[in-house]
Amino acid sequence: MKRVNDIFGKELKVLNIGLEQFCEDLKDQNVTAVQMDWRPPAGGDSEAADLLAALLG
Amino acid sequence: MLIKTVIRHGEYYDSVKLMIATKQLSEFEGVTEAAILMGSDLNKEVLKRTGLLTPESEAAVPEDLVIAISAETQEAIEKALAEVDGLLNQHGGGDDGEEYKPKSFDSALKAVPGLNFCIISVPGKYARREAMKALQNDMHVLLFSDNVTKEEELELKTYARDNGLLLMGPDCGTAMINNVPLGFANKVRKGSIGMVGAAGTGMQEVMVLIHKLGGGISQAIGTGGRDLSLEIGGITMLQGIEALNNDPETKVIVVISKPPAEEISDKMLAYIKENVEKPVVINFIGGDKSKVEAIGKAAASTLEEAAAKAVKLAEVSCCSKYSMENNDELEAIAKEQAKLLKPGQKYLRGLYSGGTLCYESMLVLRDYVGDVYSNTPLNKKMKLADANIMQENCCVDYGDDQFTVGRAHPMIDTTLREEEFMNEVEKEDVAVILLDIVIGYGTHADPAGVFAKRIKQAKEKMEKKGMHIPIICYICGTEEDPQNWALQKAKLEDAGAIVVSSNAKASKLAGMIMKAL
Repeated sequence: MKRVNDIFGKELKVLNIGLEQFCEDLKDQNVTAVQMDWRPPAGGDSEAADLLAALLG
Repeated sequence: MLIKTVIRHGEYYDSVKLMIATKQLSEFEGVTEAAILMGSDLNKEVLKRTGLLTPESEAAVPEDLVIAISAETQEAIEKALAEVDGLLNQHGGGDDGEEYKPKSFDSALKAVPGLNFCIISVPGKYARREAMKALQNDMHVLLFSDNVTKEEELELKTYARDNGLLLMGPDCGTAMINNVPLGFANKVRKGSIGMVGAAGTGMQEVMVLIHKLGGGISQAIGTGGRDLSLEIGGITMLQGIEALNNDPETKVIVVISKPPAEEISDKMLAYIKENVEKPVVINFIGGDKSKVEAIGKAAASTLEEAAAKAVKLAEVSCCSKYSMENNDELEAIAKEQAKLLKPGQKYLRGLYSGGTLCYESMLVLRDYVGDVYSNTPLNKKMKLADANIMQENCCVDYGDDQFTVGRAHPMIDTTLREEEFMNEVEKEDVAVILLDIVIGYGTHADPAGVFAKRIKQAKEKMEKKGMHIPIICYICGTEEDPQNWALQKAKLEDAGAIVVSSNAKASKLAGMIMKAL
């Protein structure tokens, strides 16, 4: 069983979705960080996007 | 007046980028008003308020980037428009140029194998979807976004718990995992004190003071403000306490929260009593201390007290050089300041960017002036009818949701608080002003510089009127933060502000001045 503690002491590798400043701050500290090119999904309708995701498996 | 609207379909930028670019565009020569925003209904309201709404922007959809500029001349509009792309694509300091940005979790994981943590700050209605994908990809999540429903929060947290992951949030502003500051966070020493908290700036304040008192942080886990509600049941808080209890690096655990629902606080205290042998310091800010003491753990009334008790229990051997004022010193400053005030000056005004700092101040002030008016009052009777109009003794949290719609958080964008500060300082019945300056990652690059300029302007105006006003500041941050606490402090002191060593002491000093009037 995986435990929360498994992350403690491990190198943090961060995916940032949203405000780019957070990603830039991490890179400034030499933390591995990648910014996702995120935009609102499927015409801005999150329910439709979920439905689409479910249909696509 | 000419108004130009440009619509770009499918182009997307994050809200902070848009706000920073808007501010810079508004400052262009000849530009009267400017806005760069996504075409949501809420943003169209903003355009309407600023007189920039045109038939083109009215027809925009949320996936449209809307650029709106009003100016006296066509030339000014053209010049400003030519700069928009440069403003939107400027980098925050890095010189790494164009870099690969994956469009999906799959491509992100291919590009950087082993991603184990995800920070999410997209608009609330899209946040659950991204958070669930992150959890399903085995990542711990810091969910910065607000406007996530309680049902979504419960679903995400239950999934996270069942899979040995942390879902910190929603509306979680700060955390520190493996000594990496995440979100709005300060650079502090690594050490043996672990923290779990449901109060963002409250956690920052305790971490900063622990650092200044010579201690250090092993892990700091944020839970989001609703975690200790009846519906969520403290899922993340309990996971956090369990993880810190199992962590050999953590010798002392600090728990910070506004008073939880009684049933949940009983459950949490019962868990601690049953399972945690390590020393625990609990600060239910303004809550009942006796229940904490009844289980043999340390209770703290203020954030400062929580930090001091944790450092003592951690038996930190290094001695701190951070000097904190004692009561006599504060009384002496208060008496000296009170003497300089005119008889008509009788009210205090607190202008806060940190929600928990505002809350703590109101608690401290209660002992000196009773309950104060606020947009987030301790006592419902003291709620301001209009948060934009301060009255009598009053503390306003400018980070509260009502002020952050269509505007960046006041720790990032200082404009609104600067304006309100200048308004309040001019009022002849105001006796004391309290300001918090929160520095660290994610925040404004030089908040003290901005306020030092305003304080100087205010002091000059007051001098012309033959008046004085004490401006008491507290800076939440460390010398290792990008803005550097010592440099920020010097800027404020040069401008004539009184800079105090903790948020509780700043409020105490304000209260003492009020008592001495």
